[in-house]
Amino acid sequence: MKLNLKIWRQGGKYKGEFVTYPNLDVNPDMSFLEMLDVLNEQLVSQREEPVAFEHDCREGICGTCSLVIDGQAHGPMKGTTTCQVHMRHYHEGETIVIEPFRAQSFPVIKDLVVDRSAFDRIIQSGGYVSVNTGQAQDANSIPIEKEQASKSFDAAACIGCGACVAACPNSSAMLFTSAKVSHLALLPQGHVERQKRVLAMVAQMDKEGFGKCSNVTACEAECPKEISVENIARMNREYLGAVFVSDKKMG
Amino acid sequence: MSWFSKFLSSSIGQKVIMSLTGIFLMLFLIVHLLGNLQLLKDDGGEAFNTYAFFMTHNPLIKTISYSLYAFILWHAIQGIRLWQANKAARGNVRYAVAHTRPNERNARNMAWFGIIIFIFLILHLWQFWLQMKMGVLPPVEVEAYDHPVQNLYLPVAAAFQNLGYVIFYVVCMVVVGLHLWHGFWSSFQTLGINHPRYTPLIKGIGVVYAVAVPLGFAIIPVWMYLMG
Ligand code: HEM
Ligand code: SF4
Ligand code: FES
Repeated sequence: MKLNLKIWRQGGKYKGEFVTYPNLDVNPDMSFLEMLDVLNEQLVSQREEPVAFEHDCREGICGTCSLVIDGQAHGPMKGTTTCQVHMRHYHEGETIVIEPFRAQSFPVIKDLVVDRSAFDRIIQSGGYVSVNTGQAQDANSIPIEKEQASKSFDAAACIGCGACVAACPNSSAMLFTSAKVSHLALLPQGHVERQKRVLAMVAQMDKEGFGKCSNVTACEAECPKEISVENIARMNREYLGAVFVSDKKMG
Repeated sequence: MSWFSKFLSSSIGQKVIMSLTGIFLMLFLIVHLLGNLQLLKDDGGEAFNTYAFFMTHNPLIKTISYSLYAFILWHAIQGIRLWQANKAARGNVRYAVAHTRPNERNARNMAWFGIIIFIFLILHLWQFWLQMKMGVLPPVEVEAYDHPVQNLYLPVAAAFQNLGYVIFYVVCMVVVGLHLWHGFWSSFQTLGINHPRYTPLIKGIGVVYAVAVPLGFAIIPVWMYLMG
């Protein structure tokens, strides 16, 4: 089938503008990124600069692919990363608008590639366990109930892709940060440092210039891992607890 | 910075201010509505004037109303600051294709609703509250007190004979309803109160509140206009 792509180009000869690539021959079995590969092969053969976009695993687990497709981070399908969107969902003659994630804290590096290192710095500020947890434990030697473990695992499913920031009208990173805070706070190993962690991670999140959550819930709707805003409530509880009842220093 | 000012300037702290002042305002609206409903009594303003005197002279209520003025201002200033900070965080380049789910519409327009409510409040205070405070209203006898009280019913009844004002009032109440349709639930979520067991209930009560309270306010001018 033939599709038209309208793609944001920025860097080199492009000042930051949309360029339309009409009548691209697309096989419905292709993934979205394979379609971009085809476009890039054509561009290279025409001695044009290929479209820069990020990808790695192409199986929905690494969080590297980004893209806002027709106004939605990771495209039109619920709970799906861009690399898992397939072209069979599109129709002959359709025009697809492809933009980079937009947020002041995710500056565009080139075309569709943005700098998401702000997330790395949020993780560096506290998204880890530093107490000595000893050797790898035997299964079931640390008692934890199934429901608790499942909640933690649901939060741990966050792949750090940044779609929550891209979807949010405030460019807030609360869903991402709260997923990390929750995933660790809900497990015994992470529980120990949870107050210190939430104070440091929220402080870093603010320092990076992300917006402040208005509970719009666009993040939850567009998150490829369907992380729930319940995690944001949990992070707020953790934060209030850490501020008002712990003796931990505020970041 | 002290720990407390660090908290108040953090993203979560700023939202907690919105939430707590918002909850206070929502409680106040209920009391305000109960008072206003006295206007529907066909007694020439007797019950309403008695209520108005009580609200402006009881020391406890006076204290609460001073905190109310402060909280409205705090809520409004903090709200506008959040709005600006959030726009800055988003950056200047907008998405070419906007995709908004219908359930997000109110949340995305909180600041606009707030600005309209603020304009309404200024006018509202100017019209009724200021006259009461300056004591320029004619006195009237009521049964509950052995002295005359100010006749606040007069300017209210006069304003509600003006069709333009009645329409403006009703439109503003719709805006209050939209603000609270999102705001009610949101204020609990901000405080970390979200649980599969009671969040559906909070959302339900929020919708009932957001419809019933503004509707209660809006009925009064419409009724008084129609009754002449
Ligand atoms: C009748 C008066 C008002 C009531 C009862 C009220 C109530 C609320 C409530 C409950 C919230 C939710 C707080 C949260 O998300 O945690 C809220 C949010 C908000 N209010 Fe109001 N409000 C009123 C007037 C105003 C005014 C006058 C303004 C501004 C001029 C305003 C601006 C805002 C903004 C911008 C938000 C969103 C904050 C955010 O989530 O980022 N409100 N309001
Ligand atoms: S919360 Fe969802 S959208 Fe946000 S970074 Fe994690 S996986 Fe991506
Ligand atoms: S490329 Fe790894 S999740 Fe899409």
